[in-house]
Amino acid sequence: MVVGHPGEAETDRVFHALADATRRDIIARVIRDGQSVSALARHFPMSFAAVQKHVAVLERAALVTKQRRGREQVVHGDVTALRRASRLLEAYEQIWRERAGRIAQILSEDREG
Amino acid sequence: MTVIRAHRDDQALTLTFVAEFDASVERVWRIWQDRRQLERWWGPPTWPATFEQHDFVVGGRSRYYLTGPEDEKSRGWWTITAIEPPHRLEFDDGFAGEDGEPLASEPPTHTVVTIEAAPAGARMTTVTTFTSIEQLERVVAMGAVDATRLAMDQIDGVLADDRRSPR
Repeated sequence: MVVGHPGEAETDRVFHALADATRRDIIARVIRDGQSVSALARHFPMSFAAVQKHVAVLERAALVTKQRRGREQVVHGDVTALRRASRLLEAYEQIWRERAGRIAQILSEDREG
Repeated sequence: MTVIRAHRDDQALTLTFVAEFDASVERVWRIWQDRRQLERWWGPPTWPATFEQHDFVVGGRSRYYLTGPEDEKSRGWWTITAIEPPHRLEFDDGFAGEDGEPLASEPPTHTVVTIEAAPAGARMTTVTTFTSIEQLERVVAMGAVDATRLAMDQIDGVLADDRRSPR
């Protein structure tokens, strides 16, 4: 199934950002309260720099923002809830597009068989 | 298969998705009813679904899990709240703990499926309502994994182009 709809580049960034378990975990941890990168880094078996890279991917997808607090960088979930809802629903729509593609595949096997 | 319409309601946190299939209403109903068929499309290929239980009656419970690339499991459940074969199905869908039991802290999403005859065959409408943005985020995070593959391939393509051309 070929999928194409407006805002695809932005959707791609969101999908890419959410494709990684560590990044999903980071989002889950900063949704309600911000956390510093160093506090986040303690949760994962990887270097501070590696966590920082994950945060940067999330930042590019506008899923998190970073604020400087003293010597620390504090990561927050994206502030504008509605905008986030819109982006997430877009991603969820993509899930249904792919499901519909798989359903069509199953149905087409009836005709082949 | 044709996607007729997709409507996102940011306020109500609802997605309406309408697609038409070249098949009868009864045939499309079976992709919901038959758990072996449901398993083939509910989860993305990288997180396939296994339905251990699927009681396709009002009040019936389904237990399922999605298996990730590193054999990690994400468990979920359905409770069917309305059923009118072969046209209408409503169910709650929530996250479950390791034991497969619903997580009390996580309210379920609610989905209404309608299947009607259409010139092309059957028109299937699904309306899914989320209770919070956090819940929507978790569902998308689980389900987006495979949707990313296309995007990842595109990103790989862009990166390959970068390597070919000197900066």
